[in-house]
Amino acid sequence: MFGFLVKRLLLLLPVFLAVSVVIFLIVHLVPGDPVDHLIQIGSTPEQKAALIAKIGLDKPLLVQYGAWFMKVVTGDFGDAIVLRRPVADLIAENLPHSLWLGGLAFVFSTIVGVATGALAAVYKDSWIDRGVMILILLGSTVPSFWLGLLLILVFAVHLGWFPVSGARNWTALVLPVMTIGLQGVALVSRVTRAAMLDIARKDFVLLLHAKGVSRREIQLRHVLRHALLPVVTILSLRVGWIVGGAVTIEFVFARPGLGSLLITALNQRDYPVVQGCLLMLAMAVMLGTLLGDMVQAAMDPRIRENMQ
Amino acid sequence: MKVLQALPGGSVLGTWRGGLAFLVLLVIALAAVFAPWIAPYPYDIQNLAATNKGPTLAHWLGTDEFGRDVLSRIIYGARTSLSVALAAIGVSLTAGMCLGAAAGYFGGAFDRAVTAVVDLTWSFPEVLIALIFIAILGPGLTSTIIAISIAYLAQFARLTRAQVMTIKSETYVEAATSLGAGHTHIMVSHLLPNTLTPVIVAGMLATGDAIILEATLGFFGLGVQPPSPSWGAMMSSGTAQIFIAPWTILGPGLAICIAVIAINLFGDSLIDAMDIRNRLRDY
Repeated sequence: MFGFLVKRLLLLLPVFLAVSVVIFLIVHLVPGDPVDHLIQIGSTPEQKAALIAKIGLDKPLLVQYGAWFMKVVTGDFGDAIVLRRPVADLIAENLPHSLWLGGLAFVFSTIVGVATGALAAVYKDSWIDRGVMILILLGSTVPSFWLGLLLILVFAVHLGWFPVSGARNWTALVLPVMTIGLQGVALVSRVTRAAMLDIARKDFVLLLHAKGVSRREIQLRHVLRHALLPVVTILSLRVGWIVGGAVTIEFVFARPGLGSLLITALNQRDYPVVQGCLLMLAMAVMLGTLLGDMVQAAMDPRIRENMQ
Repeated sequence: MKVLQALPGGSVLGTWRGGLAFLVLLVIALAAVFAPWIAPYPYDIQNLAATNKGPTLAHWLGTDEFGRDVLSRIIYGARTSLSVALAAIGVSLTAGMCLGAAAGYFGGAFDRAVTAVVDLTWSFPEVLIALIFIAILGPGLTSTIIAISIAYLAQFARLTRAQVMTIKSETYVEAATSLGAGHTHIMVSHLLPNTLTPVIVAGMLATGDAIILEATLGFFGLGVQPPSPSWGAMMSSGTAQIFIAPWTILGPGLAICIAVIAINLFGDSLIDAMDIRNRLRDY
């Protein structure tokens, strides 16, 4: 297992380097002088010269990248242009909000998704099954930000149960988590249902029936357990969705977080913040996928062996 | 009638889901093309005496914060959404097919390079990829199209590569090779026609996702810039009016849902009609 982890980490290294090169190049690919993208508007030529010397904008691109990368690894992303503060501080302030939102949305979609999927499979072709299928259709077609706005309209504006925006207390998390969660629920529920129906047809299930094991025990202890493997696979493949969903939904609910920070920075062309946020979000996707692989490998020895 | 049935499209239109979805798509496409004749008002005429008015006989879906007719802006917005989504998927599909086909056919170092890049982008959410390229290109119509087409490139390359890998080892390809056919001939007359169907259906389904992605970027204020109407940007400005004019959010959102559901249903019945569900499974 440890060897597997090391191998996966080594595989991630080139990916991380490639992503960091693209993100580093943003300021150089944007039309105009890079120094103008990294310094406050109206800075004096002396200040510009000082910044050029500080981050080495006059050196070859490769040297610049090396210097930038070394700084980024130690957590120094430079200073935000509009907010005039270190980008690292902004990220540190916003990251916990995103982690809570993403983490809760992940837990919500897993639990509710497996539960609804299992119910739909056990009561196949009943009204429960049909209800779940409608949920799946809605979750995979309704744009998440519009769903967020609808939930705000109903539960915040009309009923007043939850705050419209912000992150003052835990109630402000309910609507965003449900918004991101519904897409996850649709995905997990579809996979759970399909996998359970698939496994219910296997010979060993027939044998269990023949042995006289109760239907309830067969579904819970045998069929559902086997069906969890594809669910874990799809979850580990789609951890990125949660990150993408969080970016969108934070902006809809005007919550603090990396996504809101990124969108605001993009609109203000605050490139140091854009680079910092993109790098953090990319890392979140990569680490999330790695975590998913680990869980999968822990559950299924065949995957561990394939890697060796 | 028999001729119609023989066409793969015929059996799609035969099922009620496929037929209905096709009809809805036709209506949306016609509305987009003939927007200036169909829309009751121009999209940019402001009427500051009647701002944020609810649905009335004169304005079926109400007016926005500048007194512009919401229904007219939705109809014009269909132009933006559909053209951006179709252009982006068109570019993405063509480039992805070429990359995937070449990688699958030639193999070797080129295949490994393409696969590495495709796997790299595969785990990333499309919205994040699009945002990286919006950061480079800046907001606007062209950069939205480019950003969306890059976001979906990996899907098409991956799918085409998988198709080519299976077909490459078929006996008829082997026969063509042993008869002395060149690479170009085999690719154009054997591989492409046989990979085209699943890739085009996948492209059709991706168009629905692209409409949502375009709306998301528009919602962020990074898509098509005002006063051009786009469904996402309309909702973005509607959020400021959520307490007094919720219809400015409901209308465009409903338009997106209807378009995307219609595309998904139509694509799904296409998959059934052409019996290619197995070939799309690893995608």
